[in-house]
Amino acid sequence: MQSIGEAFHLALSLVLSGEADLYEIVGLSLRVSLSATVLACAIGLPIGALIAVSRFRGRGLVLIVMNALMGLPPVVVGLLVYLHLSRSGPLGFLGLLYTPGAMVFAQTILIVPIVAALSRQVLEDLHAEYAEQFRSLCLSRWQSITTLLWDGRYALLTVGLAGFGRAVAEVGAVIIVGGNIDHLTRVMTTAIALETSKGDLPLALALGIILLVLALGVNAGVQALRMTAARQAHV
Amino acid sequence: MSDLPITAVPPVARPRDEAAMSRPLLPLRVSGLRLAADGAALLDGVELSLAPGGCTVIMGPNGAGKSLLLKMLHGLLVPSGGEVSWNGTSAAQATARQALVFQKPVLLRRSVAANLDFVLKARGRDRSRRDALLREVGLLHKARQPARLLSGGEAQRLALARALATDPEVLFLDEPTASLDPASVLVIERIVGAARDRGTRIIFVTHDVGQARRMADEVVFLHRGRVAEHSHADVFFPEPRSQPARDYLAGRIVL
Ligand SMILES: Nc1ncnc2c1ncn2[C@@H]1O[C@H](COP(=O)(O)OP(=O)(O)O)[C@@H](O)[C@H]1O
Ligand SMILES: [Mg+2]
Repeated sequence: MQSIGEAFHLALSLVLSGEADLYEIVGLSLRVSLSATVLACAIGLPIGALIAVSRFRGRGLVLIVMNALMGLPPVVVGLLVYLHLSRSGPLGFLGLLYTPGAMVFAQTILIVPIVAALSRQVLEDLHAEYAEQFRSLCLSRWQSITTLLWDGRYALLTVGLAGFGRAVAEVGAVIIVGGNIDHLTRVMTTAIALETSKGDLPLALALGIILLVLALGVNAGVQALRMTAARQAHV
Repeated sequence: MSDLPITAVPPVARPRDEAAMSRPLLPLRVSGLRLAADGAALLDGVELSLAPGGCTVIMGPNGAGKSLLLKMLHGLLVPSGGEVSWNGTSAAQATARQALVFQKPVLLRRSVAANLDFVLKARGRDRSRRDALLREVGLLHKARQPARLLSGGEAQRLALARALATDPEVLFLDEPTASLDPASVLVIERIVGAARDRGTRIIFVTHDVGQARRMADEVVFLHRGRVAEHSHADVFFPEPRSQPARDYLAGRIVL
C-alpha cells in the first residue's frame, strides 16, 4: 500500500491526464444523477406546490411523513427498488436491473421526498405572502401554483441542487440496483468503494477529489443563485 | 395571517349567474355583520348602506375593524354572522368584480411590466393596455425594473395600476398612502379621484384627516367594531354627530 502522499500525487495526475476510464465513470455519475434530479423535480415540485396551497385533514401527518422520507436510507431504497425490478418482481418485465435506468429509478425515489418537502416549505412561505392578493385577484388554484413555482424559481433551483447533491453522493442505492459493473453501471461512489476495498487508493482518491470538486461546484452554484436572486429582489 | 382563527374564504368559482353578473354591484347593504375570534367580537353588528357612485372614506381609531370590514366586503373573510349583499350578490361572488389595494403592496418577483402582464392575462384582459396603465401611474420608465426594488410610493402606484387593470366596479383601498412621501400621496389621490370620476365606486380607509377631507364624498366612522357615524362629508367634517368622531377629529385619543 502506498503512502497517502504518493496516492494523492497519483490521483491528481490521473485527474489531470484525462484518463478515459475515469471520465467514463464521472460521465455516468452525472448522467444518472442529473436524470434522477430532473425526474424528481418533475414529480416532487407539483407535489410540494399542491400541498403548499392546500388545507386538508391529515395534512400535518403528510408533512411528517414527507419530512421523514427525506432521510430515507439509500440502501433501503436500493433494496426496495431491487425487489421491484428483479426478474420475479412486479417491474421485472422492464429488464432494468443492473442498468443505468435502474440507478436513475432508485435515485429518483430517493430524492423525490427531498424535492417535495423542501419545495413545499419554500412555496408555503411564498404563498403566505401572496395568498390574500391571489384571492383578491380570484386566481384559480392552478394559476396560484404556476405563479408560485415561477416566482420561487431561484429558491427551487437550490432545492433541485440539494437533491442532486444527495443523489450524486449516495452509494447504497446504486450499488444494489446497478451492481457496479465496469463500463456499464460503475459510478463515482461505487468505484470509490470498490477501489478502496481493492487497495487501489489513487483511483479511489482521484474520484473522491472529483466528487468533492462537484460538491463544491454545487454549493458555489447555490451561492451564485442566491446572489443573483438577491440582486433582482427575489428573496 | 393564515394561522389566525379567522377563516378565509376558499377560492370561489367566478360568478356564473348571468343575471347577477349584468346587475350593478351597488347599492350595498350590510346588516348585522359580525366577526368573532377567540370569543372577542372584532366586528359587532355593522349596519351599512352604500349608494352607487362616489367615494366613501372609512375612518376610525386603530383596531376599530376597518381592515377586517374591507376584507369582508371584498369577500376575503367569512363573517361569523350577518349579511353582505352587493345588490343581491354575495361578497364571495362579488370579489372578481372588485379590487383591493392593501396597505403593504404585495408585488410579484418580476419586472414592473410583468406584474401588470400577469394580471391582465390571468383575468383575460387586453394586454396591450399595459403601457397605458403604467403611464397613468407614472411608472412607464421603470417598466423593465424588478418590481420589488421599487420605492414604497412606486410600489403602491404599481399596486394601484394592477387593481385598475381588472376594471373593478368597486375599488377598495386600505390606508394605501400610510408611510408614503407627500408627492406619492398626491399622485395616488389623483389616480383614485380619476377612477371615481369614471364611475368606479371607491371605498377608502384612511387615518389621515386631511386626506379624508380631500377624498370623501361621505364618511363612515367605525368605532369598536360598529358604525358610529355615517355622514355626508359636508356634515361630518364641520360637525360630526357622534362623540367618538368628534373626539377623533379634535385629535383626542379614541379607544
Ligand atoms: N386574523 C385576525 N385574527 C384575530 N384578530 C384579528 C385578526 N385580524 C385583526 N384582528 C384584530 O381585530 C381588530 C381589528 O383589526 P383591523 O380591522 O385590522 O383594525 P383597523 O381598524 O386598524 O384596520 C384588532 O384588534 C386586531 O388585533
Ligand atoms: Mg387596518
